[in-house]
Amino acid sequence: MFEQLSDRLTATFARLQGRPRVTEADLDEAVRDVRVALLEADVNFKVVRQLVATVRERALGERVLESISGAQQVVKIVHDALVQMLGGGSATPLARAERPPTVILLVGLQGSGKTTTAGKLANLLRKQGRRPLLVAADVYRPAAVDQLQALGKQLGLPVATVRAEAVADDIGTVIAAASADGRDVVIVDSAGRLHIDDAMMAELEAVVTSARPHETLLVVDAMGGQDAVDAAAAFKARLPLTGLVLTKMDSDARGGAALSIRAVTGVPVKLMGTSEKLDGIELFHPDRLAQRILGMGDILTLVERAQEHVDVKEAEAQARRLLEARFTFEDFYGQLQQIKKMGPIGDLLKMMPGMGQLAKQLPAGDKAEKDLGRIEAIIASMTRAERADPALLNGSRRKRIAAGSGTTVSEINHFLKQFAEMQKLMKQVGGMAKAGRLRLPGVPR
Amino acid sequence: MSLFAGLAKTRSGLLARLFGPKDAKVTPEWLGALEEALLRADIAVTLVDPVMAQARDLVTLEGIDTVPKVLDAVRDALIRVLGAEDLVLRTSAVRPRVVLMVGVNGSGKTTTAAKLAKRLKDAGESPLLVAADTFRAAAIEQLQAWAARLDVPVIAGKPQGDPAAIVFDGITAGIARGSTTVIADTAGRLHTKVHLMDELGKVVRVAGRARAGAPDEVLLVLDGTAGQNAIEQARGFTASAGVTGLVVTKLDGTAKGGAVFRVAGELHLPVKFLGVGEKATDLVPMDPRAFVEALLPRS
Ligand SMILES: Nc1nc2c(ncn2[C@@H]2O[C@H](COP(=O)(O)OP(=O)(O)OP(=O)(O)O)[C@@H](O)[C@H]2O)c(=O)[nH]1
Ligand SMILES: Nc1nc2c(ncn2[C@@H]2O[C@H](COP(=O)(O)OP(=O)(O)OP(=O)(O)O)[C@@H](O)[C@H]2O)c(=O)[nH]1
Ligand SMILES: [Mg+2]
Ligand SMILES: [Mg+2]
Repeated sequence: MFEQLSDRLTATFARLQGRPRVTEADLDEAVRDVRVALLEADVNFKVVRQLVATVRERALGERVLESISGAQQVVKIVHDALVQMLGGGSATPLARAERPPTVILLVGLQGSGKTTTAGKLANLLRKQGRRPLLVAADVYRPAAVDQLQALGKQLGLPVATVRAEAVADDIGTVIAAASADGRDVVIVDSAGRLHIDDAMMAELEAVVTSARPHETLLVVDAMGGQDAVDAAAAFKARLPLTGLVLTKMDSDARGGAALSIRAVTGVPVKLMGTSEKLDGIELFHPDRLAQRILGMGDILTLVERAQEHVDVKEAEAQARRLLEARFTFEDFYGQLQQIKKMGPIGDLLKMMPGMGQLAKQLPAGDKAEKDLGRIEAIIASMTRAERADPALLNGSRRKRIAAGSGTTVSEINHFLKQFAEMQKLMKQVGGMAKAGRLRLPGVPR
Repeated sequence: MSLFAGLAKTRSGLLARLFGPKDAKVTPEWLGALEEALLRADIAVTLVDPVMAQARDLVTLEGIDTVPKVLDAVRDALIRVLGAEDLVLRTSAVRPRVVLMVGVNGSGKTTTAAKLAKRLKDAGESPLLVAADTFRAAAIEQLQAWAARLDVPVIAGKPQGDPAAIVFDGITAGIARGSTTVIADTAGRLHTKVHLMDELGKVVRVAGRARAGAPDEVLLVLDGTAGQNAIEQARGFTASAGVTGLVVTKLDGTAKGGAVFRVAGELHLPVKFLGVGEKATDLVPMDPRAFVEALLPRS
């Protein structure tokens, strides 16, 4: 969903990272790219302006232009600013009334996904052991009531209706009777409306007065553009909004509008819709999303750890050799030592962009560490010449190494095969990097 | 509702800043406000940047430095992006003309199908509606309710039925009844969902079997509040369903529908209608100049 924004930022910073030093002109370029990327991702232009100014200011303040790792610092600055914009932290749970029923009111622009979300929410809460009642309060759109009733039927849940001339009053009556009917959650689906439609907004104010909702959720289409922030702000000005639901997150929309609504209104995103089906709803995790936006895995943490523990020059030289498949066991051994200082190997891989899959294939937990320990022992038992040129490793040498490292010849064969495969893979990766399709931190183009 | 009542009524404080006295000189602040207005309208930054460069060139290189003149130049540039051809609903040599409504979820397909039926009926045609959204809850009832309200016949299948078969039946029925235009409503779908897009491709192919050359129009209904994803939507639907024209809806709000410029410019697709409300009469034919002036109004 947010892939395109992350691709763009990744490319921008990959370019910056290729430079030994970031100049002021480089910074301008990066800042321009960030602006374009954010606008193309539908981040509200006001938010973009703020964000770009923040990035620039912090980049200058931290004197990134003069430092070796300047580019990486810029990445981190943008990342932090985005996280801040998203509100950080973890998922915000839905409110629950002390005395049931809990009342949840869904509001929003036309076609944003209110009715579908009402059904999904009922389904979600029912799975949690609650007893939802749906209320079809869209008395305007053709077949809107039929739509909610059809969803209620699919879920085996009751759907209450209201009179067109007494929407707010009837909702109040339905809620008052809910507990007696054994219902502990009431979900009210309202008609879609424009934020500038005064009469329709007044209707919602009346609904709020009579329903006294514990949650008033604004349902927002993730594919929305610049206007989304104004619309949301107008809803917030007239209603006690408690949360946002981002729908259609299964699209490839970059979702900057949704991001901006959170930033401008301060209303937290609570749920997201991920399909047309009734189970397509998930809790929203701002922290996970921030990482997704950048598409960098947790590369920033990785960079931080690497800076703490790794000799940057040596790492760069090794990375270059790695990509040219001139990477030897000697290099590997050196890397193992440095990697060991940085933390569990699986965690490290997970933090690297595109390496998440590989991490999954690795043995879990300290099994990986043990495997590494054996590999370390194998390499330690090689002579310098052998480390530089694996072709030397004939049968008798392998036997000697097995004895020296406390492993078996078949283990060594396996490891050598893996190493050869890795070299082949790295050669491909190196080719991609040269073609500009992929950038690895610390590797100059 | 007229195009101007529908579109131009929302002049924000921001746009007001764009207009001064007739001979007001262009200032850097004014250029900033212009850029803001264009970006706020969801016009792609890749279009706004060159338009702004052009505006600056006018001032610095050609000495055209009054606000009205620069605004006119910007308007003209935007109008050119929209194109001037194929703006009205295509006709067909054989009856009935077949129009397919396609688009992502909730963009306004069903409502636009009904509005279009109303327009054609008012123009003396005999339209036939086809409810081929068999997926979404009560989508069939929604179109049936419109048809009853407009007194227009409707062909509908069963929920979960094959949409291609229903479109085939609809066109066949249209031929039998002597309908002038068959308007088929399809289920909302995301352009990223391969199987759903394939399903739509099949609907298009099967329409051609019911009446050679059909469909005559595949109208992509774009939500006027949509951002830059509109171009991805248009690419996807064009690839799978051969979109021939665009409808931009929900322009009675404060959104300007500017994302459509990039769609029109890059894919050479004409905008044919604008949706400006929820009533049957709230559909207006495209007028590129009026559309652009709603975005950058004259003082
Ligand atoms: N792909 C996808 N489609 C969704 C999602 N949520 C809703 N939809 C679809 O979006 C369309 C509009 O959804 P509705 O629930 O009818 O929207 P609404 O806000 O109730 O619309 P109005 O009542 O007309 O204002 C339908 O086709 C839904 O199936 C989602 O998370 N993903
Ligand atoms: N304000 C306004 N609302 C509109 C306009 N066109 C459609 N709508 C509303 O937008 C909502 C969705 O419209 P539909 O016609 O159901 O959209 P759809 O594309 O058929 O939706 P799905 O079939 O669920 O994908 C409804 O509440 C319509 O009344 C318009 O031009 N202006
Ligand atoms: Mg609804
Ligand atoms: Mg529909």
